[in-house]
Amino acid sequence: MSRIRHRPGEMISVVLGSLFRKPATMKYPYAPFHMPDRFRGAPQFDSSLCNGCKLCVRDCPSGAITITRAEGDPAVLPEGQKKRFDQTVDLGRCVYCGQCAETCPRKVITMSSDFELAQVAKGNLKVTYHASPSATAQAGASSSPAASPAAEPEKSAGEPQG
Amino acid sequence: MSALLAALNILVFPGLVFVLVLGLAGQFVDRKLHARLQNRVGPPWFQPVADLFKLLGKEAVVPEEADRRMFVMAPVFALAAAIAAFLYVPLWNARPVFSFDYDLVVVLYLLLIPTLTFFLGGWYSRSVFSTIGAVRSITQLFAYEIPLLVGLLSPALLADTWSISGMAAFYQAHPWYWLVNLIGFGVCLVSLLGKLERVPFDAPEAETEIVAGSFTEYSGRYLALFRMAVDTEAIVASSLMAAVFLPFGLGLPAWLGFLVYLAKVGAILFALALLRTVFARLRIDQIVDFCWRWVAPIAFLQVIIDLVAKEFLPR
Amino acid sequence: MSDYPPVVTIPIGPQHPALKEPESFMIDLRGEKIDAVRMRFGYNHRGIEKGCEQRSYTQDLYLVERVCGICSFSHSTAFVMAVEEIAGLQIPPRAKYIRTIIAELERVHSHLLWLGVAGHEVGFDTLLMYTWRDREQVMILLTQLTGNRVNYAMNTVGGVRRDITAEQIPDILKVVDSLEERTKYYIDLALREETLIKRLAGVGKLSKEDAIRLGTLGPTARASGVDRDTRRDDPYLAYPEVEFKVVTDDHCDVYGRVIVRMGELMQTYSILRQLVKQIPAGDITVKAPRRIPEGEAFSRYEAPRGEDVHYVRGNGTEKPERVKVRAPTLGNIASVAKMLEDGYLADLPIVIAAIDPCFSCTDRMVGVTDLAGGDHRTMGWEEVSRYGIEWHKARGLDLSRLRIPGGIGA
Repeated sequence: MSRIRHRPGEMISVVLGSLFRKPATMKYPYAPFHMPDRFRGAPQFDSSLCNGCKLCVRDCPSGAITITRAEGDPAVLPEGQKKRFDQTVDLGRCVYCGQCAETCPRKVITMSSDFELAQVAKGNLKVTYHASPSATAQAGASSSPAASPAAEPEKSAGEPQG
Repeated sequence: MSALLAALNILVFPGLVFVLVLGLAGQFVDRKLHARLQNRVGPPWFQPVADLFKLLGKEAVVPEEADRRMFVMAPVFALAAAIAAFLYVPLWNARPVFSFDYDLVVVLYLLLIPTLTFFLGGWYSRSVFSTIGAVRSITQLFAYEIPLLVGLLSPALLADTWSISGMAAFYQAHPWYWLVNLIGFGVCLVSLLGKLERVPFDAPEAETEIVAGSFTEYSGRYLALFRMAVDTEAIVASSLMAAVFLPFGLGLPAWLGFLVYLAKVGAILFALALLRTVFARLRIDQIVDFCWRWVAPIAFLQVIIDLVAKEFLPR
Repeated sequence: MSDYPPVVTIPIGPQHPALKEPESFMIDLRGEKIDAVRMRFGYNHRGIEKGCEQRSYTQDLYLVERVCGICSFSHSTAFVMAVEEIAGLQIPPRAKYIRTIIAELERVHSHLLWLGVAGHEVGFDTLLMYTWRDREQVMILLTQLTGNRVNYAMNTVGGVRRDITAEQIPDILKVVDSLEERTKYYIDLALREETLIKRLAGVGKLSKEDAIRLGTLGPTARASGVDRDTRRDDPYLAYPEVEFKVVTDDHCDVYGRVIVRMGELMQTYSILRQLVKQIPAGDITVKAPRRIPEGEAFSRYEAPRGEDVHYVRGNGTEKPERVKVRAPTLGNIASVAKMLEDGYLADLPIVIAAIDPCFSCTDRMVGVTDLAGGDHRTMGWEEVSRYGIEWHKARGLDLSRLRIPGGIGA
């Protein structure tokens, strides 16, 4: 062992100094906490841009994404009207890797900063983004969900609620 | 004193209710200080009360193989002994609730009982971790008890009386004599860490080695009683140390003396919390080694100092 | 006399406060002294290697990343290096540098975590609180750079997915400076604090010969004087272009492992400064095919715990044929029994913690023992599937129509 003097209670000066400093604890959830910009939270879909190629479905490691045709479209579309697609992401299966956002050729998907995603009922974890009724490429304002969990877009009807 | 006054003193103030409330407050002070020293926030003031009520409300599981009678009685004896010891300790003046000659020895004996109940509770739990914890408890008893006893008895040597109230009266009559006993105060502080089973003398309860030692199988109200007993033991021992080593301010009016008493106990709790924070846990063989190699000789040194002081200091 | 004290068997694990992850150590105790140790593994087996065979390479990146939380980048990078070797891809130099920066930042967070855990195992909770408080700086930095505190999802076949911008470089340097000061304090503490030295010195002794014979890796081996470090012996990523020392120590015990890990942290800060200064401009990814050609590759990576080895075999399709992961803890765990010889029970948590165990990384195989007959046997995939279906049929559940999925998202 080296010849440095051993002393018990070496940390005492640092420890006493901590009494006069603010605690290092962040007071979340009593104080807000903002994630850095690049943080990968829940994926968000802009349905108006989606063309149903399903590359995101193929690349998702956990099979969290489902793409379906939007409801209400006739079997044969009138001239010039594009097919519309609904996207469902199961936030319980999602691993928030962001591969879908990277793979998508039309930049439909962005990773939000939303991490407060806990739900009491498992069915509420499936978030569906509906394509807007109009055929033109809107900014997708009516189909984009609000960021807070309280105002989620329509939950999937497949799972029993509550 | 009249029976009613005695009952009030034993059950309410400064007896059962007072010492239990002070025990919970002491636990809060210790946990909050421990947290702040570690740069954390720490629990709110009502946390010990909340823990107590939570434990009282939980199902108490008694292991099938355990000796049910001993398992259940051990925590009760621990708490009872700790509270009984409190009645003989003078708090803010030189007159405790009850006093008689040689009550210092009785108080030390009563403070020994909780450690024995930790052993018995752990042994009769019949679980491997409890047994190891119980045996470590008793082994540690051999390490710290002698320095603690010797340290607490040396001021009695100077005062020439074995009664705590007698000692308090002596030191009240001769102010500044308590400075002779400061080495003993340090020794007793370290030994108190052993009695309360706190880091660095945490081996009987080492969470990462034997889960919870003697308390492994305890749950519900029995665990609540044990924890209450440990908290009470901390307060009683701190009060005893304040009465024996810091016997100043005893002649003040009652309310001021009470504040002085709280300040003394608070200072001792602060010292305990600080010591708990800056050390790692020692192995049981290292504890015994350390206590017999360093702490006990210093305690005996204190005895010699007191004997010499008794010769040369004016009475 | 040799019959007393009697032998008591105590179970450390699978659930125990000393273990961060479940493994079973059955200890034969005489009083406080350890007589024998019997280890059983497999409690963390999740079928990741099999799962990799049913997912495409892109999906496998994220699955392999989750082999472990603390060294997730090690596994992800080792896997992707093997895949790139099979495909014959040369990734751009900037991507190599970015990978190395993230790898070294992971080493920082892992070693600081380990120091805290070691403190906790010896009852020194204050050390735990302070080291983990300091570690928060690097966790927040990693969130800024990669998007998450663990499981960084930085790698893609052919490079990295996100760039490090010029604004982020001063942040990296600030964290490095701050943590270097804190690490110096912890080194000082380790050299001086009496109770810590009492618990760590002379505990878990492993001689150099035993270290080599039992196959120990990483800081555990380097603390016994074995001079091996994959970053220097078989350089990968940007390590050929930075200078660093391999830290070894002669104490051969837990104290030596503390010294080695702290020394490695100091080296890592120096490496990070060099990387940030030398990082070249350019692309961060090359185009990679979805179908990886036939071939096999073996990649070695110096994880914070030691040498991590991945083997990948491609067969020309989108999905690998075989992925094998050999985590460093598998090499180190054999030495635990040797280290605990003649030790005290109180030393067991710190000895296990000193090899920096990551049992999640380690368990790639489950051993099934028939308690009635004591019979051990090996079952293939089909046999396990059939056995499960029969077992459930006997209890009234018919699962025979449950298909093994052909692939997620197919």
